[in-house]
Amino acid sequence: MKLVIGIVRPEKANDVLEALYRAQIRGFSLSRVQGHGGELERVETYRGTTVKMELADKVRFEVAVSDGFVRPTIDALCAGGRTGEVGDGKVFVLDLEQAVRIRTGESDALAVTPVDDSPEGPA
Amino acid sequence: MTAAHIDSGDTAWMMTATALVLMMTPALGLFYAGLVRSKNSLNTFMMSIGALGVVTITWALIGYSLAFDTGGGFVGGFKYVLLDGVGFGPRPGTAIPQLVFFAFEASFCIITAALVSGAVVERMRFSTFLVFMVLWSILIYPVLAHWVWGGGWLQAHGVLDFAGGVPVEMASGFSALAAALAVGARKDYGRQALLPHNTVMVLLGAGLLWFGWFGFNGGSGYSTGHSSVLAFTNTLLAPACTLVVWFLLDLRREKQVTAIGAATAIVVGAVAITPACGFVSPVFAMLLGALAALPSYAFIQWRPRTRLDESLDVLGAHGLGGVTGILFIGFFAQLTWNGIANGLFFGHAGQLGWQAIAALSGPAYAFVGTFVIIKVLGVFMPLRATALEESVGMDIVGHGEQAYTDGEGAILVTHEALPEGARP
Repeated sequence: MKLVIGIVRPEKANDVLEALYRAQIRGFSLSRVQGHGGELERVETYRGTTVKMELADKVRFEVAVSDGFVRPTIDALCAGGRTGEVGDGKVFVLDLEQAVRIRTGESDALAVTPVDDSPEGPA
Repeated sequence: MTAAHIDSGDTAWMMTATALVLMMTPALGLFYAGLVRSKNSLNTFMMSIGALGVVTITWALIGYSLAFDTGGGFVGGFKYVLLDGVGFGPRPGTAIPQLVFFAFEASFCIITAALVSGAVVERMRFSTFLVFMVLWSILIYPVLAHWVWGGGWLQAHGVLDFAGGVPVEMASGFSALAAALAVGARKDYGRQALLPHNTVMVLLGAGLLWFGWFGFNGGSGYSTGHSSVLAFTNTLLAPACTLVVWFLLDLRREKQVTAIGAATAIVVGAVAITPACGFVSPVFAMLLGALAALPSYAFIQWRPRTRLDESLDVLGAHGLGGVTGILFIGFFAQLTWNGIANGLFFGHAGQLGWQAIAALSGPAYAFVGTFVIIKVLGVFMPLRATALEESVGMDIVGHGEQAYTDGEGAILVTHEALPEGARP
């Protein structure tokens, strides 16, 4: 059981979502974050004020998966998020100690995505 | 009205009306900017602001002359090029200085060019759109304005168009259709939900448009006479009826009244009454407002299910609203109210025939002309942003600014310290 964290460009977030759905991965969280990953700073000008935007907007996916789905999740994040330019983002994979589904109290592999092939999938 | 007479009341009203109409262009920018995604909102607004600059210049250089110099039936002459002879003397047929008449008509050409931007937002390059507006405001708008107001062939045959059903509403609508086809759809159109980012802006923009429309329609009699008074009040009545009918259509479909629907309804109602406002009675203006909701509502429901990414429905709101208004005159124009002509309903069937010819010829010229302009322009400069730029958003790509920046991570730099090639 792993927690896969993917940080991608906001404009590629929809492509990542599509890739995750296609890989049958249907449980995840998404948040908007700011970060810096070595890309060129963007310059913006407001009247006489010129600024370098050191932080770029990114979208952070958190996907908790059973071991068999680690690879498909990473593949989906990479396929959906890549443009080939600096600033495409990173994927981090962490060991996950415990997971509990609040509604049912199920824990661990039963609580992460996906647990079975039932048509409605995990809640 | 004698030729050499200037009426101070008329002139005061027309100067006020000109300012009201000029305000409609930033109001349109607000309306359109609210309808797009936040990353494109500045760019969308700037297309309207761009019209204020570019089109004012082309209008002074040559557009006004092509529209309002007496000339052939098709287009006016070159007498007023660079405002030559446009001074304090009255515009023939009015009691206002020709300078005021020029400024009033300029504000019409400006907003009409800005209206077309609704078809190509979120992907067309800003610089290319500016060049497009230069060509469009010389080759398309003045010709159509000449047809109905400058002594052109439609006017000669008695076509009635009080405030711009042909050159403004149908021209912008069908030019928008051509522009959407020539530029192509946004890359995410039909794949992702492309939602309005600020509905409050949309409502405020629509409200300010309605406010400005009192100058637009109320000024199109060039006076404070009966037709102007009638036009002014009809501009109150018709959109109100469109609004309520739109509420009912919304309730019937979703059991909820939508805010963006309301904003759209105000525009559709004001569009439909534009050509008819000085020619139909107040009660028929209310009927026109109510009727105008139907074709536009149906079209705006249907269009997003097609491949046609006419993004902000300029055709549905302005094109179809304009057609409805122009044809309505043919049925319900009333001599006792306008002092000029009756429609079919009051015994003059020929009026409807010529209104129908206007409803075919105006859109045809606007559509073909705009399509050719953009296709030719596409040979010389890129029409649209790359797919990656479209993803990033037109604000950063086209303007190096963001509408909603919080300054986090922004580091002040002096100009000497700018990194080489830091621009995207």
